[in-house]
Amino acid sequence: MTTTLPAYDEVVARYEPVIGLETHVELGTNTKMFCGCPTDFGGEPNTRVCPVCLGLPGSLPVANKAAIEAIIRIGLALNCSIAEWCRFARKNYFYPDMPKNFQISQYDEPICVDGYLDVEVGGETVRIEIERVHLEEDTGKTLHVGGATGRIHGATESLVDYNRAGIPLVEIVTKPITGTGALAPDVARAYVAELRDVIRTLGVSDVRMEEGSLRCDVNTSLNLPGAEWGTRTETKNVNSLRSVERAVRSEMLRQASVLDAGGRITQETRHFHEDTGDTTPGRSKETATDYRYFPEPDLVPIAPDPAWVAELKAALPELPRVHRRRLQQQWGLSDLDMQSVLNAGAVELIEATVAAGTTPAAARKWWLGELSRRANESGVELADIGATPTQVAELQGLVDAGKLNDKMARTVLEGVVDGEGSPTEIMTSRGLEVVSDTGALTAAVDEAIAANPGIADKIRSGKVAAAGALVGAVMKTTRGQADAKTVRELILERLGVQG
Amino acid sequence: MSDLTRMTATEIAALVAGGETSAVEVTRAHLDRIAEVDDRVHAFLHVDTDGALAAARAVDERRAAGEELGPLAGVPVAVKDVLATRGVPTTVGSKILEGWRPPYDATIVQRLRDAGTVMLGKTNMDEFAMGSSTEYSAYGPTHNPWDLTRIPGGSGGGSAAALAAYEAPLAIGSDTGGSIRQPGAVTGTVGAKPTYGGTSRYGLVAFSSSLDTPGPCARNVLDAALLHQVIGGHDPRDSTSIPQPMPDVVAAARLGATGDLTGVRLGIVSEFVGEGAETGVMTAFRESVDALTKMGAEVVEISCPTFAYALPAYYLIAPSECSSNLARFDGVRFGLRVGDDGNRSLEEVMSLTREAGFGPEVKRRIMIGTYALSSGYYDAYYGQAQKVRTLITRDFTAAFEQVDALISPTTPFTAFPIGARTADPYQMYLADLFTIPTNLYGGPGISVPCGLSEGLPVGLQVMAPTMADDRMYRVAAALESAVGTFTPPAL
Repeated sequence: MTTTLPAYDEVVARYEPVIGLETHVELGTNTKMFCGCPTDFGGEPNTRVCPVCLGLPGSLPVANKAAIEAIIRIGLALNCSIAEWCRFARKNYFYPDMPKNFQISQYDEPICVDGYLDVEVGGETVRIEIERVHLEEDTGKTLHVGGATGRIHGATESLVDYNRAGIPLVEIVTKPITGTGALAPDVARAYVAELRDVIRTLGVSDVRMEEGSLRCDVNTSLNLPGAEWGTRTETKNVNSLRSVERAVRSEMLRQASVLDAGGRITQETRHFHEDTGDTTPGRSKETATDYRYFPEPDLVPIAPDPAWVAELKAALPELPRVHRRRLQQQWGLSDLDMQSVLNAGAVELIEATVAAGTTPAAARKWWLGELSRRANESGVELADIGATPTQVAELQGLVDAGKLNDKMARTVLEGVVDGEGSPTEIMTSRGLEVVSDTGALTAAVDEAIAANPGIADKIRSGKVAAAGALVGAVMKTTRGQADAKTVRELILERLGVQG
Repeated sequence: MSDLTRMTATEIAALVAGGETSAVEVTRAHLDRIAEVDDRVHAFLHVDTDGALAAARAVDERRAAGEELGPLAGVPVAVKDVLATRGVPTTVGSKILEGWRPPYDATIVQRLRDAGTVMLGKTNMDEFAMGSSTEYSAYGPTHNPWDLTRIPGGSGGGSAAALAAYEAPLAIGSDTGGSIRQPGAVTGTVGAKPTYGGTSRYGLVAFSSSLDTPGPCARNVLDAALLHQVIGGHDPRDSTSIPQPMPDVVAAARLGATGDLTGVRLGIVSEFVGEGAETGVMTAFRESVDALTKMGAEVVEISCPTFAYALPAYYLIAPSECSSNLARFDGVRFGLRVGDDGNRSLEEVMSLTREAGFGPEVKRRIMIGTYALSSGYYDAYYGQAQKVRTLITRDFTAAFEQVDALISPTTPFTAFPIGARTADPYQMYLADLFTIPTNLYGGPGISVPCGLSEGLPVGLQVMAPTMADDRMYRVAAALESAVGTFTPPAL
């Protein structure tokens, strides 16, 4: 594919994007959706299985009440109506990672409907409408061996691991999101980020995209202004927030180039590639399976007691948006400053650093400065940078105690990020401590004065600004391990000048 | 000692408990009988000689240790091959599961073990319980002990024939459209379909989840009730199991056996006593009604007009559910695998496996069900059938406002010759005409022998409201006290 893509600005000037997101969240229940097998990530293949999640003849599912409670809480947090009565449905299709060759899911009677989630994009609030939130079981995992791509095509063997089969999965589907124009990729990302934060706040999933406990499919279409919506594609394999944004943008560009050339968009599933940022076609939806949904006869309907739902609603924790507004006030940040904290994904990190004893300003300085820079350079999320809020607080404590100056603190932080240990350990091991022994410092100052008589004269004659040159010389001889402010005071004192 | 195989379960349990015989002796007698007659009857697909003797020894040891034994301890049971039995082959009468040994026991099987009953083996059935004659078993038909050239009913023909041939005093069946009651009727034995949800389906290889009901088979009503009590009751592993105590069916059977039905109101289903049934069947039925009346029952006729639609509704709902339930038989995880030569694709191997592993009746129903659930046809077929189901339930509910139980012949005709109805599926389906409405409603039904027609047994069916299984046992036991039990000619 060497097609030249149009410029993004031109695309959004000509076309209006419509996007939609389907997000799957693996619930962190102790046991699977329909049996008592454990749900922990990892484990030798096919060790966390039983007759039920293997779909052995005769076995029957029993719904996990903790999972139903979790999805109701998610629905409530997303402002949904909770069905008073609904059923599971069977989605029938043959695939070896589905033990029964049908998936227990929900079809026309989802448990949560008609909600919304407000997200902040570029200082504006965008309301994302939620169509439905439903509960289903996860499939196993297929590993294709022997091919070049790891896909089934060209593989000589396929191995199936059913450990994941039957883990409770919540699917959250938005209504089509329109009118976002050039911001569509940012809106998509902000929505997934906000959704992740909400679910994490509820404590019902660890929502880790890299482990697949939060997975996202992105629907994208383009239409001319005023025209009907275009044909949409569904992009799968979108495994990070950054990828959500890139996938929408990439698909908008690709579709625009097809439409510009007079072509038609094929309704299909596409795969996003993290390395290239491109999408490539998967299976075509034109030959889509007829899933033959029908109500699951092995399970009684779900009929949550309205009083119980009301209790769950009353007990919801403070949700991220409200929480952030409170933090912004506590930290005394402007909307713009708060926005940059959000964009950097630093809210919780700063909050935890402050909780560990640092001022909001200092916490924010480290996370948005040095650590954000390192995260960008390495292409990782800030939360995964390798430094913890406790370590950052410890570092700032050393600065506040006068043991590290700013430059030394940054060096120590590098060590922390590189996994060399705690700030105190690194300070010791690298021999980085402020020279506070005034005897040694006075000697260094005297040496600098003696070596630079001209500058010393200027200072004596009142040109105090010239002291900077002598400070530099002292810092050089102490290999930076002196506090610049103390050095400056000492120079002026030795030269008998008032600072 | 007289022949142990001719005794009732109640008698055997008493002898074992009293130390007059041992469970091992009882088991050996039945294993000997199986060895003697089963090459002609073919009631069993698998005889678990070692497992049965081990279970019997355990009962004898418990008795020797002074432990209290349950009411059926030491009594042999034949289990329909539709229930998963740990380590014991479970085929569902199909080639697709040939050689499969489940790693777990069905709840009912577990309860049978806990009660100290002795599982003799697994009985023959129409493949996946789809059929009314056991002719659709992939392992050959079972023969009716009353006349070996005739069918023993189905799908649970193996369990019913094992009872009639004195190979076992008790058996387990499963009833989706009549598969316990219809074989009971044509073999002169008792077969009870409990209330749906009254017996656990966990470990019952599913045909039609919303209809399948495992239940007891015996040679007399009290034995059936005792077995019902052992296997019934709530099971947390079956979501559709009813979380309520079950009615005391044993007490009801004992009450019925006194022969007094004063104050009991019975309704004859008008639609089932018209031209649909054979003359001989109707004669035996009418005589039984007279007997019931003599015992004090008040008998009226009740019309249930929607029952006429039960058969077509059933033949949409059951195939629809089966098309999904049977999808798991694909050769990937268990059972038969065909064509896996290293070159063929997974899809081809799945197709070849299913092509080779399923018989014609199973394929017919999978295709009907797949069609009925397809997008664009769902409302007209599956959706419509569910509405009919609701109407049938209303007819039952309305009828039970007027009477305590409904009665009818169990089947329109007696045991037919092997091969007589296999050419036309509809002729076969008619065998379940009178039993299917109960499954669609979910209530209990029992077939009890009520007479003979040209030397072949006729059954009378008693249908009761859901969770009123005790009522049908009372009526059935009363009828049994009046007409007696029926013994087939010697094999």
